Amino acid sequence: MSAPTTTTHDSRLTTHDVRPVAGADLVPLRDAWGERLVELAAEYPDLLVLDGDLANSTRADIFAAAVPDRFFELGIAEQNLLGVAAGLATVGYVPWISTFVPFLAARALDQIRVVVAQPHLNVKMCGSYSGILTGKTGKTHQSVDDLAIFRAMPGVVTIAPADATELRSAMAAMMGHDGPVYLRLTRDPSPVVFGPGYRFEIGRGVLLHDGGDVALVSTGVQTVRVLDAAELLAAEGIAASVLHLPTLKPLDIDAVVAVAERCGAVVTAEDHSVIGGLGGAVAETLAEHRPTRMRRVGIGDTFGESAPNDFLLEKHGLTPRHVAEAARAVLAAKG
Amino acid sequence: MTIAEQTDERAGRTGEGASLAELDRLSIEARRLILQSIHTAGAGHVGGPLSCADLLVNLYFDRLRVDPANPGWPERDRCILSKGHSSIALYAVLALRGFLPVAELATFDAADSRLQGHPDMTALPGLDMSTGSLGQGLSPGVGMALGARLRGLPFRTWVIVGDGEIQEGQIWEAAFTAARLGLDTLCAIVDYNRLPQFGWPDPGGFTRTEPVDDPTGKFRAFGWHAVECDGHDHAAIRAAFDAAEAHPGQPTCIVAHTVKGKGISFAEGDYLWHAKVPTASDLELAGTELDARLAGIGGEAGVGQGEDA
Repeated sequence: MSAPTTTTHDSRLTTHDVRPVAGADLVPLRDAWGERLVELAAEYPDLLVLDGDLANSTRADIFAAAVPDRFFELGIAEQNLLGVAAGLATVGYVPWISTFVPFLAARALDQIRVVVAQPHLNVKMCGSYSGILTGKTGKTHQSVDDLAIFRAMPGVVTIAPADATELRSAMAAMMGHDGPVYLRLTRDPSPVVFGPGYRFEIGRGVLLHDGGDVALVSTGVQTVRVLDAAELLAAEGIAASVLHLPTLKPLDIDAVVAVAERCGAVVTAEDHSVIGGLGGAVAETLAEHRPTRMRRVGIGDTFGESAPNDFLLEKHGLTPRHVAEAARAVLAAKG
Repeated sequence: MTIAEQTDERAGRTGEGASLAELDRLSIEARRLILQSIHTAGAGHVGGPLSCADLLVNLYFDRLRVDPANPGWPERDRCILSKGHSSIALYAVLALRGFLPVAELATFDAADSRLQGHPDMTALPGLDMSTGSLGQGLSPGVGMALGARLRGLPFRTWVIVGDGEIQEGQIWEAAFTAARLGLDTLCAIVDYNRLPQFGWPDPGGFTRTEPVDDPTGKFRAFGWHAVECDGHDHAAIRAAFDAAEAHPGQPTCIVAHTVKGKGISFAEGDYLWHAKVPTASDLELAGTELDARLAGIGGEAGVGQGEDA
């Protein structure tokens, strides 16, 4: 196997070095979110936070304590929560929604469609506790379909950051974007792999690891597990590219095609259903622009369940080992 | 003089503080435009628009501080038609008020029209919210009223909700929130015509009557100030709006007693006219009735009938 490890010169690929996963600081995205909102509030007087009685879970409580006059508790009524946000947005405010993913993407779906997305109002929809790693909550609180939902919703920018550093940068970009955004957040501490100089751009994928044998394409905090998978593969002499796509929509089509061209084999990985999310987006893109052998790592066509994270990662096939296995399989198929 | 020329002369008039006779006359004209537009489009709703037409005329010609030349004016009063399927009533009144040419009503539901079947705030300036999926209009009204308070802006927010859509749970989520926040610049107007699209099987056979009894009491139980009025009597509507504006500390709900299809004999109270297209002969009969009513209030029957009628 060839193993080019030099920085790419393909102009379609933005590269960024990441820190080793082993030994990285562990920061929950939800904590970084609450703290970053306080910083942004100082800069943006129109920023408000609207909570659905989950502030001490989503960590909107950090904002509530620091900026109490711009925190609004709207209770356990998510359909109204989104409607109130839409009304505030028409008066020039920038409401940030604090709730769990299913209560946003599923419970308030029609409200998002009718009064946020279609009118293109400036509401920042933040879904905490995404994916299946939600602290033993089970099927009602886990989300396997939110990326599919928001990808298919016209006009909604869809962002899933990998770590606290990328999240902080993404939140500034969200304030700079006039329109609805969905932000996918996670509960548990996760490694900080981006250096402080990293700048997130809406719609821009980032090449985090450069190799010519197989492309590992991932989003959200799953990217950290994919970086570990790249190390597992490197130990076997397989050079993997790791393309991180923090924005699911608009998708960085050029980057996806470029990395597929380079490697000729693609594995996608996400803490989400393999239907309609990252795997679906990449498959659609490659089928149209550059048909390439690929495998999708993600949650099968099934609901979540309450269990420890390690168990869930293993059962649903999201560990670095599973990603590496998929890479070997697609390489074998490539021949 | 065509209807369009006649009514466009009214465009840009100050609007606020119209006389009761003027409001009556505008209500008749709005009904004529509603029926004509649905006939032209070959699709749309009739019963609901006729039910809320007087409420809209009273709002736009007597109550709302709005400026057709500057529809995005930050201090304008807000008006949300939560029952978005009655859009043609809102468009007719906005046209009479000068927000769009009256002749544009002929494009209702047509390709590339600003007058979408259900209101699209991105298509037509003057619409304060996109609506159509029922039960959703009151929550943005809560957001607007809260926004006015936070910004220190003097505007008021009016939301017309159908009595059918208050079956939706979100209405009561919004009602709870508005009362808790004490949003006294918010007024919900329930178009209480008691006639939904289809109706309800019941042990005694079948009833077409809206099942939400005593909306006034229900809104009061949620912490609202609530009053009732005849939703087709401009003096009574005006008095109810005055009561809403005068009441501090709570949002107001006005339960406006209305008749679906009001003002057109063959449509009044008939559930089949929820969404039915008037034929040319229907239009002629309706025109005769509206002319007679106009004559009855001292107007000149047949004015503007010319080539448009």
